[in-house]
Amino acid sequence: MMNVPMEHALIVATLLFVVGLAGALMRKNLIYILLSVEIMLNAAGFAFVVAGAHWMQADGQVMFIFILTMAAAEVAVGLALILRIYHKLQTMNADEVSKIKPN
Amino acid sequence: MTVTFYISSVIAVLSSLMVISRKNAFSALLYMIISLLSVAVIFFVLGAVFVAALEVIIYAGAIMVLFVFVTMMLNLGEEAVELEKSWMQPRVWIGPSILALILGVEVMLLIASSETGFLSGSEIGPKEVGIALYGKYIIGVELAALLVTAGILGAYHLGKRKDIVQHRYLQEEKGDAL
Repeated sequence: MMNVPMEHALIVATLLFVVGLAGALMRKNLIYILLSVEIMLNAAGFAFVVAGAHWMQADGQVMFIFILTMAAAEVAVGLALILRIYHKLQTMNADEVSKIKPN
Repeated sequence: MTVTFYISSVIAVLSSLMVISRKNAFSALLYMIISLLSVAVIFFVLGAVFVAALEVIIYAGAIMVLFVFVTMMLNLGEEAVELEKSWMQPRVWIGPSILALILGVEVMLLIASSETGFLSGSEIGPKEVGIALYGKYIIGVELAALLVTAGILGAYHLGKRKDIVQHRYLQEEKGDAL
């Protein structure tokens, strides 16, 4: 049994997720949006680990490892996209990027 | 050891708030590293030691280095020197340093204390995680390998510079899509 109630740990995970969501919605800079997505992924993995520690199973940590892998792949592709957008448009503003016309 | 959990939680939420509110991208990245480190301390307290190590090594080590690298790469130019000078000012690094110091003192106290310090009673070590990962979840490992391969190929394709084609029939039009 945990000395810390599971609810408290889950509240922390929720707070982290809400902070990340607020950042993704409020910021316009692409780097900040990617960072906010990282905060949200981290919060989701945190919830998994808390649940795994509560029931004393390894499954929570296994899920966190999968989330970690996914975050690494996502960051690699996302940063490559950001570099490409910056070279093309000379801006990091997400609103400017939405003006791109397909041709 | 309960208080360690709450201190780390406060640091995690506080530094995440700083991440999304900073104007300077470099400062935001420093606070993001602190946020990840504090979550790693929470994992350690909860008894998930393997994942705590992975959080420090992969998240704070590898992924954040990628972010820092790209942030510095985007700022190449004449004003790069002044920009770098502005990053070295104390107001950029003093906040993250204080938070990192608190976390470091916490971990040292945890290691130095005679009791094991795992709140969940028993720690779930790398052995159990490895058995579950390569037994029950082997299909997930294979899917993750596919995903990482796709990520590598995607990043390579997106980061590749376009070759200049000399042959007139193979030349593409200017202003191609992103």
